[in-house]
Amino acid sequence: MATFALPQKITKSYRVQLILKRILAYTILTLLAFLCIFPLWTLLVNMTRSHSSISGSGFSWWFGDFLPQNWKLAFNDNHLPLASALRNSFIVSSSVTIITCYFSCMTAYCFNVYSFKGKEVIFTFIMLIMMIPTQVSAMGFVDMMRSWKLLDSLWPLILPSICSPIVFFYMNQYMHSILPFELVEAARVDGSSEIGIFHKIVLPIMKPAIAVQAIFAFVGSWNNYFIPALLISKDDAKTLPLIIAAVKASDPASFNLGKVYCLVGISIIPLVLVYLALSRFIIKGVTAGAVKG
Amino acid sequence: MTAKKGSKKGHINYGKWAYIFLIPFTAAFLIFQLIPLFQTFHFSWYEYYEDMLSTVGPTWSGIANYRYLFSQTATRSFYFFGAKLGTADINDLLYYTINTLVIWIEGFIPQIIVSLLLAIWFTDLRLNLKLQGFWKTVIYMPNLIMAAAFGMLFQMIFARDGPVIATLINLGWIGGPYDVSTSTSWTHVIIAFLNFLMWFGNTTLLLMAGVMGIDTSVYESAMLDGANSHTVFWKITMPLLRPIFIYVLITSMIGGIQLFDVAQIFTQTSGGPQESSETLMMYLYSLISLKQNYGQAGALSVLIFLVTAALSMTVYEITNPKINEGKEQKKAFEKRMREYADCPATMAEFSRNHALSQGGAK
Repeated sequence: MATFALPQKITKSYRVQLILKRILAYTILTLLAFLCIFPLWTLLVNMTRSHSSISGSGFSWWFGDFLPQNWKLAFNDNHLPLASALRNSFIVSSSVTIITCYFSCMTAYCFNVYSFKGKEVIFTFIMLIMMIPTQVSAMGFVDMMRSWKLLDSLWPLILPSICSPIVFFYMNQYMHSILPFELVEAARVDGSSEIGIFHKIVLPIMKPAIAVQAIFAFVGSWNNYFIPALLISKDDAKTLPLIIAAVKASDPASFNLGKVYCLVGISIIPLVLVYLALSRFIIKGVTAGAVKG
Repeated sequence: MTAKKGSKKGHINYGKWAYIFLIPFTAAFLIFQLIPLFQTFHFSWYEYYEDMLSTVGPTWSGIANYRYLFSQTATRSFYFFGAKLGTADINDLLYYTINTLVIWIEGFIPQIIVSLLLAIWFTDLRLNLKLQGFWKTVIYMPNLIMAAAFGMLFQMIFARDGPVIATLINLGWIGGPYDVSTSTSWTHVIIAFLNFLMWFGNTTLLLMAGVMGIDTSVYESAMLDGANSHTVFWKITMPLLRPIFIYVLITSMIGGIQLFDVAQIFTQTSGGPQESSETLMMYLYSLISLKQNYGQAGALSVLIFLVTAALSMTVYEITNPKINEGKEQKKAFEKRMREYADCPATMAEFSRNHALSQGGAK
């Protein structure tokens, strides 16, 4: 009897608890969302305000009408070549994206379809190097690029991405779960070459995984700062993060907050828009690769 | 394994294709990672630096570079969450290491608490939070923003005449304009806060995946057992979440050691007032790029490598067996549940416990 009477009492107090918990959850979520949105909102607003208005009256919730002027200033500063930086960043990021995805798939294909001597050893080795930060070998890398006369060139930012163990790992897991070996065998029987199988069968099957990793590869390369900062000193080879880093070092006479906000906005907003359009997809991708268990 | 079968059937050695397909990855790894790594290690034993347009060395100098790194000392102050802990004469390298770790901890503590809370709430079916897609989209967003631009943005937001200070003055919380960038304690905390903001969404998603990976039957059994949400959290969620928790902890620590972009831009490459926010990577950057002392940079790289390698090994060792341990715990749980279900006497005890624990919870 008691066991029947009890649940009602429980549900009543439980409901109150639940409502309180919900209120707490929504409050904290709103607060956190505010923290995430506020900086971007400030950025958007200040992109449209003049230098004097930003530094004079401080903070504003709503837009001004200075965007065209700021925009022009941002693109016409000779010390901060924004147009070429945008171009360079775009070239590097898209090349890195294509190269990373293509070669990681190729390596994953190799581990999934063939058996060869040293397979286990090589795989373990890749797993071990996965977490070693690239910064550790930066000194040797810069030295090597200097002796190859590749400083101030975009190649050293692009080519190393052929070897990206983390993307490989993701592609490998995905391919393992999705590629039926019979398909490869059937293609072989039909007389397709090995590289042909890779291009015509495996790559199309891998499209979903490629899409996710392409986004992360693009973002990672777009935001990359440490290595480019060490390699590039010439203005016309600079990428966006380098331009942003150079803002405070530039001529104080031409320093203009509206312009700087515009500069930061131009480097952030394209990716934010892409992110908002694909967010569902991206959020799924975050955990898919990272959780091994 | 299946490939072997194929090669036997077709009498064609497909194995050679494996090596051909491995060439690009291996070559890129050797050229752009392994050789530079060896070069870095190699030069750490040499005197090798740029001096007024001419290059000195490389000449063998033994452990001189390492000795140099450990010989530089200065009087420094220590801060934690804005509070000054004290002042001491300390080795530069050690000080930068402490800075890096302290900034990491100041960001990681709120991050793990908030992420855990959010992960539990998002996956709580009874709580049934609405707009989950929206919340997740918003909290993950900062992770994709260029760290350099983020640092710059906050540098302006927290500037002397920026919006935050202006708001605080309007609220009457501070008397007049205040320059955050000259405050040794605040620079630290703000960089840690930026790190928190950029990473808590990511950690939330990881932990959520971990929580959702736990078999719901375990929770159902616990409910039957009469466990309240507090008990469920500490006795079921946390132990089963441990592998992914450790994974998050160590990957975050490895990321923390690499802290560079935000701190570099936020402090305008200065490392903050009295270098109070100079991190290991900023030190490495300045050795390579500004001081152009490749030998010393090499020595520092070796030290950083050793630390990260140790951490990576730990993550490799810990995640794999611990996942199985989690499964074993779950199995034991299920076994106990089956035993309970089979025995009517225990079932009665069960419902009594249920009543007791619910009474106790009120």
